[in-house]
Amino acid sequence: MSASNCLTANAWICGEYLRTRREELVDATLQHIAITGTAVVLAVLLAFPLALLARRYRRLTGTVLTLTTVVYTIPTLAMYALLLPVFGLSASVVVCGLVLYSLTILVRNMLAGLDGVPEDAREAARGMGFGPGRLLFRVELPLALPALMAGVRIATVSAVSLTTVGAIVGNGGLGNLIYSGMDSLFKAQVLTASVLCVVLAVVADVLLLVLQRALTPWARARDGGGRGRRRGGAPGPGDGGHPPDGGAGAVPPGSGGDTDPLAKPAGDDRPIAAGAPGARQEADR
Amino acid sequence: MNAFLDAWTWLTTAEHWAGPGGIWTRLGEHLYLTGVSMVIACLLTLPLALWLGHTPVASGGGGRGKRLGSAVAVNITNAGRAVPTFAVLVVLMLTPLGEGGVTTPTVIALVLFALPPLLTNAYVGAAEADPDVVEAARGMGMSSRQLMLRIELPLAFPMIMTGIRTATVQVVATATLAALVGGGGLGRIITAGFANQNTAQVVAGAVLVAALALVVEGVLVGAQRLLTPGRRARVRGGGGGGELPPEEREDGARAVGAPAGAA
Repeated sequence: MSASNCLTANAWICGEYLRTRREELVDATLQHIAITGTAVVLAVLLAFPLALLARRYRRLTGTVLTLTTVVYTIPTLAMYALLLPVFGLSASVVVCGLVLYSLTILVRNMLAGLDGVPEDAREAARGMGFGPGRLLFRVELPLALPALMAGVRIATVSAVSLTTVGAIVGNGGLGNLIYSGMDSLFKAQVLTASVLCVVLAVVADVLLLVLQRALTPWARARDGGGRGRRRGGAPGPGDGGHPPDGGAGAVPPGSGGDTDPLAKPAGDDRPIAAGAPGARQEADR
Repeated sequence: MNAFLDAWTWLTTAEHWAGPGGIWTRLGEHLYLTGVSMVIACLLTLPLALWLGHTPVASGGGGRGKRLGSAVAVNITNAGRAVPTFAVLVVLMLTPLGEGGVTTPTVIALVLFALPPLLTNAYVGAAEADPDVVEAARGMGMSSRQLMLRIELPLAFPMIMTGIRTATVQVVATATLAALVGGGGLGRIITAGFANQNTAQVVAGAVLVAALALVVEGVLVGAQRLLTPGRRARVRGGGGGGELPPEEREDGARAVGAPAGAA
């Protein structure tokens, strides 16, 4: 009896709610996954050429990084609102907003990953007769993969969380349930949708981590013995300084006015790569 | 791009700025929410971060606080990214806290949102204080307390400011969400526009919020430069930029910013 009463009692946790609204929950979760997934995949596809361009034409690097920083400063609600006249009330608004946010993270991480490829490896590949295309896909990309994947993980987790605000245009996945639950003061719905949202983010993160492990078997093998070596690694271009001006090293994407973006990518990215094997890989040069 | 012209017209209409629901009032509410949340968040976090990043005089380097600190710094940042602020806000609204009005839940949600960048940056700043300087201070017979307040705090200052800057910009951006639960702030202009299907107003509100976020960012960058004497000189002398040597961070604990608009 108490189980069915929890709906009328408006309890936070309610098994009856899960049973009766199952379809609604599944639909919302699927929409959430679809929006987030589309956005991240599109962002990865767009970020790749952008990062290559930014690397090819160094003068563009600063512009690209500044632009993406500005994008990052725009609040989600404002972003969706700004895109509204372009797309009308549709999921495209949310997807486009998420793509723009994800690009910020991905372009930076890809640049950092590509910059982190040891010159020796490049030289060796060239010596073996690799053309630019093969060099990129067979040598640079695999070596940059951990940094790249770290970026993808962060972009995905953020996107899962930011999708909820899409409720304002009616396409927020689980956010829709939170939004409508707020209006009707439906506690079970709000809490369930919120928890599902966090679960979704964590699951996505773990899956991507597994994918990364699968894609970079060499990194795993090195993990065991790599710790000591890492410390002795020759300092790369971005590794030199001391912490005094910690500012630059810790500059998160949301910091616009810092000077000399050219010097930044390497250090600027590691914050993004925090705690991920990507940081390890990068530090290994 | 008619919508943007309409938005411009909306913005330049004097009557939209005045009055109880006008732009000035909303701007005031927005800044009030941001200010209160940031002050509370700083009071909560900074002492804790300094303590976590402190190198005890007796220890040979990494104390218990430091190890705990790096674990906290990494995890709180990851958790902060995964939990949607919008969800937190709505959940808080439905608890008894929400009965007194929207301000308390909003401030709590914003404080929670500001914690990760503040804590992580301040912790990293204190923990990464130049070991030579810390060593020298210890050799001079400084007590733990003196070391913390006179060495680690000043050395961590740029990082603390960076954390405050990141957090403030994020909070400015996120305070917009208060409007979704019926609170004040600039977000109200956007939600009101949605309700009236007035696209011009929606876009105008979005432009205002984005502009405010950028202005706050600019002001804080300026403040950071002013408040940290010698910063420029050091940056110039630093060669490749004053970045933290990555090899010092095994745990990956770093200052991390979540999307400004993180919900």
